[in-house]
Amino acid sequence: MFRDALLIAEKDLRIEARSRVVFSQVLPFAILALVLFAFALNADRPVLRDFTPGLFWVAVLFAGLLAIQRTTNLEHDDGTNDALRLSAIEPASIFLGKMMAISVQLLALEVLLIIGVLVFYGAAIESVAGGALLAVTSVVSSVGVAAAGTLYGALTAGIRGRETLLPILLLPVLAPVLISATRSFDDAFGSAAVNGWAWLALLGLFAVVYLTFGLLAYGILLEES
Amino acid sequence: MRQYVYTVPVVQLRDVVALLGRFPALAGVDLDVDEGEVVLLQGPNGAGKTTLLRLCAGLIPPASGEARIFGLDVVSQARQVRRRVGLIGHATGLYRDLTVLENVVFWARASRVDNPVDAAKAAMDRMGIETRLADLVVDRLSAGQRRRTSIATMVVRRPELWLLDEPHAGLDQSGRDKLDALILDAAAAGATVLVASHELERVGRLSPREITIAGGAVVSHVS
Repeated sequence: MFRDALLIAEKDLRIEARSRVVFSQVLPFAILALVLFAFALNADRPVLRDFTPGLFWVAVLFAGLLAIQRTTNLEHDDGTNDALRLSAIEPASIFLGKMMAISVQLLALEVLLIIGVLVFYGAAIESVAGGALLAVTSVVSSVGVAAAGTLYGALTAGIRGRETLLPILLLPVLAPVLISATRSFDDAFGSAAVNGWAWLALLGLFAVVYLTFGLLAYGILLEES
Repeated sequence: MRQYVYTVPVVQLRDVVALLGRFPALAGVDLDVDEGEVVLLQGPNGAGKTTLLRLCAGLIPPASGEARIFGLDVVSQARQVRRRVGLIGHATGLYRDLTVLENVVFWARASRVDNPVDAAKAAMDRMGIETRLADLVVDRLSAGQRRRTSIATMVVRRPELWLLDEPHAGLDQSGRDKLDALILDAAAAGATVLVASHELERVGRLSPREITIAGGAVVSHVS
């Protein structure tokens, strides 16, 4: 199962590396969102510092939607969805592979956006523990967002107008990830007195739920799409 | 070459009805196709040929009736059926940002073919895909080259049942000849081939058995 998942992930990442959609379109969109947030808050650095975690995760989710949409469309543009169904790869492996590919893309995006908020918003990581919390939160959030995104991408795949439907369905599901990851980053950036590790545990729970549900339900959605 | 031995017809359809939404695309089809047969499906646009092929691939469930491929039920044993079937449809089934070789190798690996790179090169060679095209991304290929690549991705999987929907479309004379040779070789090795085509003369040379479908039903059967 894991070998097949790696095959799918490798294929999706190879396509992304060649087309560079994430880096030429999704990343600029995310950076633009960060800049616009700054304009909207009158470029007030103390305010931006305080709201860095929330603004960061909103930017990640919006930009992540584009990456999820892109990865979903890979299997629907030229009938590759049918070819996958005719292959020997189990649906759970396809889910896992696509989830891994989106996670890697989101992680790369988050690393660059963290640099962005450090530079543009004047945010600061206050300790080594804060840095570790930031890193682990990014990884777990990426898995959670990618798992839910892959699942909902398959859910909307066969529907006309899926580009607009996906955000409407997915964003409410990702609200717990947004809240938990923001609280965890609050602790990491020292912008609020909260227990970031407790929020990270909750975030991990959501990620496990999305992952489990995706592994179980993806095959059904693949058939319906 | 692999030889297959079946004690039941490879394709066995009994009073099969298939719906596309609420539209009855197949309306009570009965069909038996034995191992190693090449069968031409003909009929006007919208007759139900594509639906019939997709049903045989286990991609569309019958609304009623019984559909068995290799003796396996296409609904409850769909995954076992699909692994043994190759389908060339209207879509290419190719990833546009991968090269020709990467596409064929990917589908070989996805079907657990031994030595996938060698098998992919052999399949490409059989479809007459020039070596210089191997490292070209699919997005830069002509329609005919894409078609050849698409067929190579099916051939590399070595399916036991070939389901071909207008397979000659977009191919030049050389490509058509290569495809015909592949079909005949596959049938000689025991694979079963269903070809939906409007090119009656060409496909008629491959097989004496022709089935005409109209309005979702078999209206004539020539053997």
